[in-house]
Amino acid sequence: MSKVNVEKYIKNYGRTKEASIPILQAIQADYGYLPMDVLGKVCEESEITKSHLYGVATFYSQFKLTPKGKNAIKICKGTACHVKGADVSIVAFKDQLGINIDQTTEDGAFSLETVACLGCCSLAPVVMINEDVYGSLSSSKVRSTLKKYGKE
Amino acid sequence: MGKNNGHIRFVVGLGSCGIAAGAKDLYEELAAKMKSHTNATLSHTSCNGMCFKEPILEVFYPDGNHLMLGNIHKKDVDKVLEPLLTQEYVDEKFVIENSRQPDKKESFRLKQHKIVLENCGVIDPDDIAPYIEKGGYKALKKVLTSMTPEQVIEEMKASGLRGRGGAGFPTGMKWQFARNNQAEKKYMICNADEGDPGAFMDRAVLESDPHRVIEGLIIGGYAIGANYGYIYVRAEYPLAIKRLKIAITQATERNLLGDDILKSNFSFHLKIKEGAGAFVCGEETALIASIEGERGNPRLRPPFPAVSGLWKYPTNINNVETLASVPWIINNGSAAYAAYGTPKSKGTKVFSVAGKIAKGGLVEVDMGIPLRDIIYTIGGGTSSGKPFKAVQLGGPSGGCIPENLLDTPVDYESIAATGAIMGSGGMVVMDADTCIVDVAKFFLTFTQKESCGKCTFCRVGTTRLLEILERIAAGKGAMDDLDKLADLSVKVKDLSLCGLGKTAPNPIITTIKYFKDEYEEHIKEKKCRAGVCKDLINFAVVEKACTGCHVCFKNCPVKAISGTAKAVHYIDQKICIKCGMCYEVCKFNAIFKG
Repeated sequence: MSKVNVEKYIKNYGRTKEASIPILQAIQADYGYLPMDVLGKVCEESEITKSHLYGVATFYSQFKLTPKGKNAIKICKGTACHVKGADVSIVAFKDQLGINIDQTTEDGAFSLETVACLGCCSLAPVVMINEDVYGSLSSSKVRSTLKKYGKE
Repeated sequence: MGKNNGHIRFVVGLGSCGIAAGAKDLYEELAAKMKSHTNATLSHTSCNGMCFKEPILEVFYPDGNHLMLGNIHKKDVDKVLEPLLTQEYVDEKFVIENSRQPDKKESFRLKQHKIVLENCGVIDPDDIAPYIEKGGYKALKKVLTSMTPEQVIEEMKASGLRGRGGAGFPTGMKWQFARNNQAEKKYMICNADEGDPGAFMDRAVLESDPHRVIEGLIIGGYAIGANYGYIYVRAEYPLAIKRLKIAITQATERNLLGDDILKSNFSFHLKIKEGAGAFVCGEETALIASIEGERGNPRLRPPFPAVSGLWKYPTNINNVETLASVPWIINNGSAAYAAYGTPKSKGTKVFSVAGKIAKGGLVEVDMGIPLRDIIYTIGGGTSSGKPFKAVQLGGPSGGCIPENLLDTPVDYESIAATGAIMGSGGMVVMDADTCIVDVAKFFLTFTQKESCGKCTFCRVGTTRLLEILERIAAGKGAMDDLDKLADLSVKVKDLSLCGLGKTAPNPIITTIKYFKDEYEEHIKEKKCRAGVCKDLINFAVVEKACTGCHVCFKNCPVKAISGTAKAVHYIDQKICIKCGMCYEVCKFNAIFKG
């Protein structure tokens, strides 16, 4: 187990359970996911219990307990995207990256997940890569978009 | 906003939709190419609602002329920049509106009435000055200097404003309840956890005019007697969060937030709370649990949040659009607001129109306007030109309204009478290529996944409902499955604690009510007329149309297609997973689906 420093999380967000979500968000922003040893250390150093923190971490879909790729791809599965063929772009992403939903490419460059709605419904189907949104997806647009992020 | 000062002013719309359509690239290209032109400036605004025209560029000339251009991309800059600077001819295909051609009006903008969206796509959302120039924070000053909290509440009551999050509870009355409860601390919360898939009104308002929501929130805090506030925003809206943070800092610097606001003795401290991805947190008590750092489980009401909310203190929660209406009502008076709309549903309502619609975007209309006007006059009908099938209102809690009910006026009661709900304003249009069973299955997949699991009928009931729908979609349903769906739907509604479970069966109930023939077709004839349900359709190559271009071969993810270049291709049905990729990529209509 690596030596981790969780002081800054507790200093920034507090040591009681109301700080749970912001702390988890900060850890995920730093590590890309929630490493168990970091969560354990937070509980040791604060008043938050392990059962509480784990309960919160597994309730909200934003939190991931396994490492995400360098580029996190979030494919929108909202209503508008669904009726405009999001399933086809999901197939395109899976095919072009060679991974399934909730998986990460072997080189750690990309991870794939679906999200409920990105709120860019009039450009459906859409995808969010890191914090950028791309609309009107088609199979060829999936290819050209992935290229921007270094996919050959 | 900003005066021209003799300059030609270029303004690019940088909302999430615009950026997704390429507006950021356009902005950067313009910035690079405009460096040498000292007579022109470049700035940004957010979304003006015309998502179907994104990216949008507006040009304001010192002589008062104005041009609005749409679907304009980075690659077009070289072609249009010079003519724009010299006011010469610009390719008509880009022009949405031109002040020199007053007759050229985009039909999308007709029949709209902007109150909540009045600044959207007009001001720079990252700067407080243009908001103030447009009369921003005037309502707050008026309230703090000349009105008692009771007078503010009376004004809200008289305006007839009802909660825009979906339930339609009168806002003034809600504030009154929170005001009536005396406590050492109270909280005022803005619910920006816009979870309905297919809805983006709140995102657009927060990205385009964050100060308006903040102003509404402070006024609400003053009215109920709260000195602390939260804006609970979903994590999927990073741009909205960024702009809110900037807005809060700016408002604090100008003493519009914080201690002793404008020397009125009233203090209000505002924090942003980022959601973490849970639909149920749109429910008041679950939202409160989430701010407290708990799992987002709703709890039994009463006690209502107005009595015992965040950390057991009296708490009032309003939706983004509700709060964004408040400053206008204070500035213009309740009577002016109540003059819009119908006797029971006053004012205007913002809708996000998406799906198979020609002109998708954000619209604000008077309450009471028929749905048909929104879909046809403003939205331009279906994008495919194929027959309209239904419009889905209210997201997973709502329902599908068929063509013959399109003259229904948009007000809370009339929409509810169809079996759908007004909801927060998400409208998804469906055409003949949308399968109604698939839509019901889509929503139940969503609610089943998002159920927090507390109530048995929501947790297990939605799962069973979904299983039945999956069976029907797979062509394995029986006619009594429709009775089972109806029976279980009632039980899930009756035996769930919160709005999620109470409304989860609505998509099933309305689709069976209006589209029973499609369900029966799936069951009896094993047929999906829209060509969506994978177990009931096949893909095949139309030999006469196939040119042997090989594109389907290259794109098939499971290598189910064989054929050499320039020869007719063939799909192996045993390998085909019916993903529809070949159908999408074929440029010659050579793939048959059905």
